[in-house]
Amino acid sequence: MTQTRNLIDENGRRTDGRTADELREIKLTVGVVKNADGSAFIEFGKNKIVAAVYGPREVHPKHMALPDRCVLRCRYHMSPFSTDTRKNPAPSRREIEISKVMREALEPALMLEDYPRAAIDVFVEVLQADGGSRCAGITAASIALADAGINMRDIVASCAAGKVDEKIVLDINDTEDKEGGADMPVAYMPHLEQVTLLQLDGILSYEQFDECIDKAIKGCEIVYEIQRQALMQKYFGNETELKEEQ
Amino acid sequence: MGMQEIKRKFVVPGDRITEGSFRPSMNVIKVGNSIIATRIGIAEAGRDGIKVIPLSGVYIPRVNDIVIGKITDHSSLSWEVDINSCFSGHLPAQDVFGRDFSPARDDMGRQLAIGDLITARIIVFDRTRDPMLTIQDKDLGKIPRGEFLKISATRVPRLIGKRGSMIQTIEQATQTRVLIGQNGIVVVTGRNPEGIKLAVRAIRMVEEEAHTSNLTQRVKVLLNVPDTPQQTEGASVTQTEKGQKVEEIQSTIQEVEEEIEEEVQKGEKL
Repeated sequence: MTQTRNLIDENGRRTDGRTADELREIKLTVGVVKNADGSAFIEFGKNKIVAAVYGPREVHPKHMALPDRCVLRCRYHMSPFSTDTRKNPAPSRREIEISKVMREALEPALMLEDYPRAAIDVFVEVLQADGGSRCAGITAASIALADAGINMRDIVASCAAGKVDEKIVLDINDTEDKEGGADMPVAYMPHLEQVTLLQLDGILSYEQFDECIDKAIKGCEIVYEIQRQALMQKYFGNETELKEEQ
Repeated sequence: MGMQEIKRKFVVPGDRITEGSFRPSMNVIKVGNSIIATRIGIAEAGRDGIKVIPLSGVYIPRVNDIVIGKITDHSSLSWEVDINSCFSGHLPAQDVFGRDFSPARDDMGRQLAIGDLITARIIVFDRTRDPMLTIQDKDLGKIPRGEFLKISATRVPRLIGKRGSMIQTIEQATQTRVLIGQNGIVVVTGRNPEGIKLAVRAIRMVEEEAHTSNLTQRVKVLLNVPDTPQQTEGASVTQTEKGQKVEEIQSTIQEVEEEIEEEVQKGEKL
């Protein structure tokens, strides 16, 4: 990874004007897909992603069903129009991998043993991609699962951190991912304080690694607050306290 | 223990409801010393512990639930019933024909055909096998006609209302009869098509705005019902009868639910 230009200017600002500890703007809407049991739409900077959850429902083909727990199936897919050069809609090696890590990031939060012989399907469709789409996808999928009313131990929040110009920064965007030093997506359950996804692309020293993961977890906590607000907004509107009806 | 000290509140999965030696009931787990919510809903302290009343989710069968289902298939020994869940219901032929049922002699298609709607009760279910149904009870069996609609199963208690208040309001104002399955399937019958249409609109409204307060008021506005219900002389007899019936069903459902919860508790402990 060779750096062609400075990604952080003399004022400490990044290519899109953010500081090192600043997240991109996040907008999260719950319940956008009427046909699904649960759904969410996230705008994470320039990322636009829809997540839809179906289930628990019958497993087809039947032989995939497990006698003691539910099967969780994830599909991460990028639309042909989500990138500047057309993306072949057939699932690529990268998409198959992201589907797998996404499933493994969500699984620890779900109480799959509550729904034996059934299946939960999670579909994550990227409409517009701008780096960090797997994190945004996990964030949206986790909210869609909660919206679908599936028993969960905790909500999964996800955010990346990385190295740009030898400096550890929060929430790597597309340019920083391609030209920067390292990219570390992290998914985290804030109440249980457990990490469910940790990937690293690039080289970090031990100190940088520690700083990077701490920063990513702080980012996840910010993302979690947004997730919580979005869920509350859908189910309880602007009321935060319960009013008793006579 | 000061169960009543816990305030009803809104929760999302992962939220800590309370700490201390409380018993976990529905849709909560105990982690260390805290009770954690596992669903979006309203947390409260019930007779049998802390629980969350969920506001979303598909129907999961429970023993003694009254459900409305559609016959989708039959083998030589049982019918398969779609009960709006990830598990399909099984209605054994013996339930309909009696113990001396013989697949050679009795024609199952004569009793219940594919596509028929039935009201049934779940008699056995433990998630390891598909739920078994019965139609041998009062008010159970084939539903001959009506307008079919599906609502979310989590909205069913709201549609019934406290002691059947909501559904009574709708039935009285629209001159219809509304059958509600715990699985979220609703069948509306009545003589007047306009009344059925209005009842369906009211039910849809309850479904969409279930979590809001003052819903009964707005339903009354939709149905053009005055605030203090004044019953006309002629209709009053049948309406009160109906009201009593709904109340009866309500209280039995509640009793049964409480029993189930206790059973589930025992089961979980084992």
